[in-house]
Amino acid sequence: MEYLIDGSMNKWELILGLEVHAQISSRSKLFSEAPTNWGADPNSQVDLVDCGMPGALPVINEYCVEQAILTGLSLNARINKTSIFDRKNYFYPDLPQGYQISQFEYPIVGKGFIVINCDGVEKQIGITRLHLEQDAGKSMHDQEVESSFIDLNRSGCALMEIVSEPDMRSPTEAAEYVKKLRNILRYIGSCDGNMEKGNLRADVNVSVRLPGEELGTRCEIKNVNSIKFIQQAIDYESKRQVEILESGGSIKQETRLFDPNKGETRSMRGKEESHDYRYFPDPDLPPLVLTDEKINKLKKTLPELPDDKKKRLMSEFKLNDYDAEILVNDKDIAEFFESTVCGRDGKIVSNWVTGEVFSYLKRIEKNIKESKITSNKLGGLLDLVIDGTISNRQAKEIFEDFIDSDEDPRKFIQERGLVQLSDMNEIENLIKSVLQQNPKMVEDYKNGKEKLFGFFVGQVMKVSEGKANPKIVNETLKKLLK
Amino acid sequence: MTEFSKLSISSAIKGLNNKDFTSVELTQYYIEKIQENSNLNCFITPTFETALEMAKKSDENITKKKQRSLEGIPIGMKDLFCTNGTRTTAGSKILENFIPFYESTVSENLWNSGAIMLGKTNMDEFAMGSANTTSFFGNVINPLNPKSSKNSELVPGGSSGGSASAVCSGLCMGATGSDTGGSIRQPASFCGIVGLKPTYGRCSRFGMIAFASSLDQAGPITKTVEDSALMLQSMASFDQKDSTSSRKKIPNFLDFKNIEIKGKKIGIPKEYLIDGLNSEIRRVWDQGVNWFKSEGAEIVDISLPHTNSALPAYYIIAPAEASANLARYDGIRYGFRENEKDIKELYEKTRGKGFGKEVKRRLMIGTYVLSAGYYDAYYLKALKVRKLISNDFEEVFKSCDLILTPTTPNVAFPIGEKQTDPIEMYLNDVLTVPASLAGLPAISVPSGFNDEMLPIGLQIIGRPFDEISVLSAGSMIERLRGF
Amino acid sequence: MSIDNSTVKKVASLARIEIKSDEEDTLIKELNNIILWVDELQKVNTDKVDPMLSVFNESMPMRQDIAKSNYSNKLIMKNSPKSNSGFFVVPKVVE
Ligand SMILES: [Mg+2]
Ligand SMILES: [Zn+2]
Repeated sequence: MEYLIDGSMNKWELILGLEVHAQISSRSKLFSEAPTNWGADPNSQVDLVDCGMPGALPVINEYCVEQAILTGLSLNARINKTSIFDRKNYFYPDLPQGYQISQFEYPIVGKGFIVINCDGVEKQIGITRLHLEQDAGKSMHDQEVESSFIDLNRSGCALMEIVSEPDMRSPTEAAEYVKKLRNILRYIGSCDGNMEKGNLRADVNVSVRLPGEELGTRCEIKNVNSIKFIQQAIDYESKRQVEILESGGSIKQETRLFDPNKGETRSMRGKEESHDYRYFPDPDLPPLVLTDEKINKLKKTLPELPDDKKKRLMSEFKLNDYDAEILVNDKDIAEFFESTVCGRDGKIVSNWVTGEVFSYLKRIEKNIKESKITSNKLGGLLDLVIDGTISNRQAKEIFEDFIDSDEDPRKFIQERGLVQLSDMNEIENLIKSVLQQNPKMVEDYKNGKEKLFGFFVGQVMKVSEGKANPKIVNETLKKLLK
Repeated sequence: MTEFSKLSISSAIKGLNNKDFTSVELTQYYIEKIQENSNLNCFITPTFETALEMAKKSDENITKKKQRSLEGIPIGMKDLFCTNGTRTTAGSKILENFIPFYESTVSENLWNSGAIMLGKTNMDEFAMGSANTTSFFGNVINPLNPKSSKNSELVPGGSSGGSASAVCSGLCMGATGSDTGGSIRQPASFCGIVGLKPTYGRCSRFGMIAFASSLDQAGPITKTVEDSALMLQSMASFDQKDSTSSRKKIPNFLDFKNIEIKGKKIGIPKEYLIDGLNSEIRRVWDQGVNWFKSEGAEIVDISLPHTNSALPAYYIIAPAEASANLARYDGIRYGFRENEKDIKELYEKTRGKGFGKEVKRRLMIGTYVLSAGYYDAYYLKALKVRKLISNDFEEVFKSCDLILTPTTPNVAFPIGEKQTDPIEMYLNDVLTVPASLAGLPAISVPSGFNDEMLPIGLQIIGRPFDEISVLSAGSMIERLRGF
Repeated sequence: MSIDNSTVKKVASLARIEIKSDEEDTLIKELNNIILWVDELQKVNTDKVDPMLSVFNESMPMRQDIAKSNYSNKLIMKNSPKSNSGFFVVPKVVE
């Protein structure tokens, strides 16, 4: 469904493009040996380049180059065999060299695309480019009234800036784009996608136009660090622009900041001064030349990406589109599913993962890796269901306690007397007594009221305290009611 | 007793190994010389204590017969090279109190070869200058005087003026320099000594304070060509800390002695016969041609058609790179800081007061030529012209092996001259800049005197990484010049 | 092309260099002379010439991704004009 903003006079179309900064999960920085550990003491992970010492020189981290190539390949993008590092010049206290080493005219990765899925509808979003650059340090403003504190631990960390085409048309599409991108990055492991830590952050370019007209002037909302905030920021910013335009004003191209507390965007006064970054090729770094051999070698190491995995899960395990989509949306879940499903029924495992497992994780507010759930544990439990030792219902009832315990599944259910009743004779006796107690119903059933079959099953389960094997109950009941 | 003032590095090495004298004695001698000649202002930061400690260590090594290639040789270190624990200023107020906690690769290589640091030599601020008149720590004085006016003080040339003046006046056995557009060769020529700018990439730039990264190259300043080879041998290395450090094999530079000049083709570029080339320099150049002929070299007339454009291209490229290289001097993490309430004011006042006039001028030019609307017309244009200049050299090296030119259009001039118009000062580098832009090795060797007995240097430019041939030609001049 | 008063102000601001009013006139004159002088380059025909980024023509060396803590906080802060609790301190920066 088309998303339009209802102004007081017109309906406006929203145009969105994103620049995502993804920190590469490398041990050392892009151009220095300093470690990249998160949460270290201030200025304790700083090498000469990272604090702009006189005579410091950059030397590139091969791993970061490889991760950029892998990411480019997974974005269906062209890898540029020659790329150039430039200096982007501006003064800021957390930019120690007085310039950022980035890529301008010749980025390492060119045009590509990814496919997002909004409510079952697929849409292709163009990728303009991906380039490598240094992160800046961090300025902190709350320690003292009159001063700001500078920590350069993050300075020089490797970033991939991934720029999209202005192809998104709604806050949801923007959100889906970031989710999909983050998912891809996690699949290949180039970035952990942690937005809270700032390892993934987005600059959102927002403009509005009357449908069919030229692109309007855009505003860039800098460094939004959660998907919810991205949506809120877009929502606020697009309405602000519509209001201005409808009251006869015009949009000023500027950089804005999103304030999550107020849910508003505001102009960044500090950076208002004319941007003139004076990009020029960094004379400290020769061009980055890649061989086909290197690119092909990396291509072979690419893991299965979410879209392909989804297709495979659907065909291999007969999953429906919806289930397959949720399973692949989280790399760890997808991996968990695959290791659990091994030798078991896909549909049962998928129902359990998207049902019990998801609600358990939600309740304990942890992800699958942090939780105590393992493939062995869940698989062991499901095996007891599949071989009829316990019923599905029993399994669900004990699931959370079982996960929290460290016991073997069989031992766990035995200790709790949870064995399923599968003895044919015993079940037949139970059924017979239920039928004897309900002669009227039996007659009605035999006269064609077949719906009553469920009633008998329910009664049998009730008297067996839920332990009766439903499959045997069904079969025996059918036989006795003939 | 050995006459220390007459020693070259190579003869001192022999004397030390022979136990004719100790490194401590030698070092003590130079310390006294530096103290006696403090008026020349060659050193910003003397490091006498360190020097004596190093000398003691060297004497021990010599006793144990564990001497390294420059064991016990006292040298000056241009204050552009970061030295661990020793103040490094680049001749600027903005680094007045800066003490590096790391060592430049070139200086480290020298210490690892046993060389001894007498101190950090004065230089033009951030290596921007051709007379050593832009240092925050004052002018360096050339020890040489014109015959007719013994008291007039001359410039030593720049930017490695402190190193050149110190070597010339015998305050150290040799010194490091750095050459961006002529900063080793021009002062060597003005002081009557040998200055070698190696091929770009031969010596690591790690820890050398950057002026213009695509041009900066470290090199030795020495009394003799042989000393130049000796020092270069230890300065040159492939360095993983510098992405523009060459992996090409480093030869034994002393092998220059085995290279014959006979049969070599020596190119004489007609474009170097510029208007304003001093006639006495012209005479020495002609003399140089005759020396080569007499040794059996073939003289070839060559043309480097874009020579005229080299200097303007250089004065776009070098300031542009400098404008970024010097952006880090902002008073936040180290160096001079002018405290102001507001960050922008802090930057502007710190840099306004911390940098001298010439540096500010070049930062302004560099910022301008990179700024929106001017990039293509100036910076990009200059890069294209640089390509043409480099192509010119590539072309002529198909028909000649070495190029012989004067080093400078003039001899050393009095302090205070050429100070009114910056361009007049820039013109000093007109003959050295083309080889810098092309990254080629070039040496300046003293080859004669003007009638005021001021030295005149000739420049020999070689193919990339062919320092050996350049040294060989230099030593031929040394042999034939008759002084 | 010539550099006027407002250009000098703009460039000085980009370069973060304070220009005192008594320096301004000389500086404008000097900069103009230099620019006029380098403008000679416009006469050189550079059609079909690729810009020369560097004379260095060897490939980019690459480092292995091995982290090393080469410098302690104490060393990094050693030359700092103003610091507090391991941070560099600057006048309040408004965002
Ligand atoms: Mg951006
Ligand atoms: Zn960026």
